[in-house]
Amino acid sequence: MSMALLEVDDVVVRFGGVTAVNRASFTADRGVITGLIGPNGAGKTTCFNVITGLQKPTKGRVRYRDRDVTSWPVHRRARHGVGRTFQRLEAFGSLSVRDNVRVAHEIHGGPLTWLGGRRGVLGVDVLLDRVGIAEYADERADSIPTGTARLLELARCLASDPQLLLLDEPSSGLDETETGAFGALLVDLAAEGCSILMVEHDMDLVMSVCHDIHVLDFGEIIASGAPADIRTDAGVQRAYLGYAEGDGDTTTMQAVAEEVSPA
Amino acid sequence: MSVPILDVIDLHAAYGRIEVLRGVDLAVPRGAVMALLGPNGAGKSTLVKVISGQKEATSGDIHLAGVHVRGARSDDLARVGLCTIPEGRSVFPNLTVEENLVLMSYAGVPAPAILDTAYAYFPRLHERRHQLAGTMSGGEQQMLAMSRALASDPALLLLDELSMGLAPLIVDELYETVARIAESGVSILCIEQFARTALRVADYAAVMSGGRIVATGEPGEILETMADVILGGAA
Amino acid sequence: MGSLFAYVLLGLFTGAAYAIMASGLVLTYTTTRVFNIAHGAFGMFLSFVFWDFTQRQGIPTVLSLILVLGVVAPAIGWFIQRFVTRGLGEGPVSVALVVTVGLLVGLIGLAQYLWPPEPRALLPFWPDTSWNIGGTYVTAHQLVTLICAVAVAFGLYLLLGRTRIGTAMRASVDNPELLKLFGGKPDRVAALSWAIGMSLAALGGILLAPVVLLDYYGLTLLVINAYAAAMIGRLKSLPMTFAGAMVLGILESLAVAYLPKDGFLNSFRAVIPALFLFAIVVLMPQAQLRIGQVKGIVTAPVPTMRSSIGAGAGLLLVALLLVNVVAPNQVLLIGVAATYAMVMLSLVLLTGYGGHVSLAQFTFAGVGALAYAKLDEPNLLGLLVSALIAAAVGALVALPVLRLTGLYLALSTMAFAVLMDKVIFNADFAFKFNGTLAAERLSILGLRIGSDTSYVWFMVLAFVLLSLGLLVLRRGALGRLLIAMRDSPSACGTLGLDMRWFRVGLFALSAGIAGLAGGLFAGLRGTVGAADFLYFQSLLVLLLAVVFGATSVTGALLGGVALMLLPEFQAASPSMAGLLFAVIGFGAVLLGRDPNGIANHLFRVGRWLRERIAPGLGDRLGERLQGLLPRGGTAADGSVDVPLVDVPGSPARPEHGASDTIVIEKVR
Repeated sequence: MSMALLEVDDVVVRFGGVTAVNRASFTADRGVITGLIGPNGAGKTTCFNVITGLQKPTKGRVRYRDRDVTSWPVHRRARHGVGRTFQRLEAFGSLSVRDNVRVAHEIHGGPLTWLGGRRGVLGVDVLLDRVGIAEYADERADSIPTGTARLLELARCLASDPQLLLLDEPSSGLDETETGAFGALLVDLAAEGCSILMVEHDMDLVMSVCHDIHVLDFGEIIASGAPADIRTDAGVQRAYLGYAEGDGDTTTMQAVAEEVSPA
Repeated sequence: MSVPILDVIDLHAAYGRIEVLRGVDLAVPRGAVMALLGPNGAGKSTLVKVISGQKEATSGDIHLAGVHVRGARSDDLARVGLCTIPEGRSVFPNLTVEENLVLMSYAGVPAPAILDTAYAYFPRLHERRHQLAGTMSGGEQQMLAMSRALASDPALLLLDELSMGLAPLIVDELYETVARIAESGVSILCIEQFARTALRVADYAAVMSGGRIVATGEPGEILETMADVILGGAA
Repeated sequence: MGSLFAYVLLGLFTGAAYAIMASGLVLTYTTTRVFNIAHGAFGMFLSFVFWDFTQRQGIPTVLSLILVLGVVAPAIGWFIQRFVTRGLGEGPVSVALVVTVGLLVGLIGLAQYLWPPEPRALLPFWPDTSWNIGGTYVTAHQLVTLICAVAVAFGLYLLLGRTRIGTAMRASVDNPELLKLFGGKPDRVAALSWAIGMSLAALGGILLAPVVLLDYYGLTLLVINAYAAAMIGRLKSLPMTFAGAMVLGILESLAVAYLPKDGFLNSFRAVIPALFLFAIVVLMPQAQLRIGQVKGIVTAPVPTMRSSIGAGAGLLLVALLLVNVVAPNQVLLIGVAATYAMVMLSLVLLTGYGGHVSLAQFTFAGVGALAYAKLDEPNLLGLLVSALIAAAVGALVALPVLRLTGLYLALSTMAFAVLMDKVIFNADFAFKFNGTLAAERLSILGLRIGSDTSYVWFMVLAFVLLSLGLLVLRRGALGRLLIAMRDSPSACGTLGLDMRWFRVGLFALSAGIAGLAGGLFAGLRGTVGAADFLYFQSLLVLLLAVVFGATSVTGALLGGVALMLLPEFQAASPSMAGLLFAVIGFGAVLLGRDPNGIANHLFRVGRWLRERIAPGLGDRLGERLQGLLPRGGTAADGSVDVPLVDVPGSPARPEHGASDTIVIEKVR
């Protein structure tokens, strides 16, 4: 049994002539948080779609728990513990926040839980409380702020008890305090054995919680490693910031970057 | 100082109940290149959408060359000289390069003139004129998109995240084009994630955060403010 | 050999006319994303206009042709795009479907009103000219058809490939917003494509009218032929559409030639297009789950159990009163209304909750009625088995199209309805051609419900029980799942739900409810025949369900009553018969955008009353209303429907109804 829970192997996705993902290979290990970062349009969400089965890769394989799941339909992967949230929100807009999570619980638990009544609701409320949106429980899901809706998607996903959690820009729309609490929640989840793969733009968050980071640029993985390595990788800086240390004429920026980066 | 080419006053816009622009004030002087920087979710793209007529503002005013244009439709704005290149691939993927160029004539410049300008500036497009735009590389597609700005001689050019998803080398190439368009006297408002790239061609810069403009000034002055807002702890 | 050639040649000519019609359908669909089910109906209507110009007004043929194709049809196309279908392409498929079904029904009604039924003939062009080619006679009309098809193909090729506006048409398929930024006008492009589409529908109709006959329904059904042809090109490729049309024409021609001249198989001739369509749909590759959901659906409130039971009991009381005071023949009408209301309940489940559109719901009732009559077991078990048979048939319809959704599913149900209507119901093992079957009234535990009054009351009871069952389902886990699937299929998928089987189950349950209604209806009538279950009736059921509210039980009740009253009004003033269809059809066009329908407005009135007037007074008024209203206090149902458990938010802010259509885009 390999360490990796998920292996994306040489995946290519082409839309018409545009190559969205180009021979990307990366892994996500058990029980840790893995970051998938890169500039806008680098192909991160497409990677998520390939992993969850919403997008068929043009080439390449996806292995999950040492099994080739490339040809598995979306729901089968989900049943085996692959859960995700969406960058463009996919909450059930006309249901209440509580019912959003309840539906997930019921889909996961099968028909037996459909008759559960109050007991099901209890577990649901615990989850809402855990992600910190219990106060919104009775609101319609399409009437809550973006950040809250992202947390709702997380809670909904947790209700199906995932082993691999794919989070697509989970912190956008959250303020600083909320992001801090969110980071702590992710660390807790990982400690409980849930593996997380996260696309995220908030570098503070990524650098502080991720165990490994993969950098995707122009559809290709240009770097993989621990946060410390990624931070100093020249290719990453170029892809992400448009310049790298040593590119010349970067003194100002460098100074700024050093000043604000966490030691 | 003459009337600014673009003058945005206390602009508000919202998606449903979520307000994204919370009183934007921004002026782009005639003939200048202004870079608009800011983190994800600051409202930059929404601002472009509102200025270009793709999205309605809830309140506030927009003047284009002194004319009040809030509420004007995007096709009408395009015909009076506002050239908007939205984020992502702003070409028609299932049309050939030449067909894409022909459609650019809706903005007022005759098609043959557009073809001439585009092919003269980007010979690569001429080589591929019968190819479907969607089958070209990202950089080539952006060249095609930029042809619209080059050929139509707009009063104001709005560029939204030109560099999105492109390799740095290609981004540099595209910004050379931007610089060249600027030299011809076109006013440009350019939104960019990569601060340094954009600041290289900009005369002025503004930083947007939380739906407001939080700083404006010369590129040099803006760097410090911007670093806090944009980079966070990025590097 | 000679005859095979002859039939293939004949098929090519018919195929040419189909190609003209289908290319119009493809053009409008690709540029505006609105599938025009009324495409054939427009062809029918414009053929009648052409008949009127040439035969009644005496305008020369060529001039009439120019007027119809060059003025009337484009003007109608422009009007429809501008005022009816604009913006429909971005909304849910079900709304566009309902609106265009409304157009279809409305056009048939309008045609019947303007040109009341009487024998009419549209003659072929140059009826006396023909040539002998390889032992086969080719008429001038056939040659004209072929020339027209070639001209249309060439014209469309030039337009789309060689002109700027044509290029803009293709561009607006990809990205209308970007076209605007280019300075183009997508609305103008859409209007042009609808104008051309209408002209092509008219040309196809006029060319086919001598073959299909100048008939309200025959020409309207040509949309199935056009759709079948267009599906070969995936509703996108015009060359493939032309090829598909030719194949279809030849198949039909060969069917005429080689299918036995009598017996069951003969009846298949009429449904070759429908079968062809099924075959293609089954062979279509699986549709991928789409990310990006339809937002801002506001559903009608779900009443509490207490208030629904109260309203149900009230309805039963009123029904009891009614069946005992009205004239005997009107008692039966109440039974008919209950039948329709139950069929509409099945649509509340499928369309209102599930978001799928079925154009065959009354056909499922027919299956139930047929099974009930054939089983000849007039008891609860027989009724249940009939419903189960209808459910099984519903599952069978959903199975081949398991992998498809929205538009394809709905159009397949229409093909199915036509298939049943034209072939199965008329077959010897079913009702027989022009025949009827006798059906006994139901016995419960050996007690026969013989009298009209008790049987009708029993039907109302069945409606109430079904309604309560449906509401229980809606408030439970299944209801939540249905709503979740409608709101975001891809989220359901990534949570582990296999939606394909769920969808089949939903279809089956809905067909089963309709089948139950059909079985009860058979018992009510005593004799039932194929004429009771025409496919057209399914369209009316859908329209009235949506107009009165496909998301609430109250809407189904109101819709059922309205559909029962419709033929009564039509019989009372025959000259107005067509106009009533037109009113319903065009009414659905106006109201189709809001599936909550009239019922929801009643709920609002009820809520308003309760909020404005002291609660106690409101209750008393509600009771008063319940007693006063002739049909079971439906409005009062609404006013008690206020307290809500399941859809928080929506009752508290009813005024947000329209503005709730929020599309939250990625904000960066």
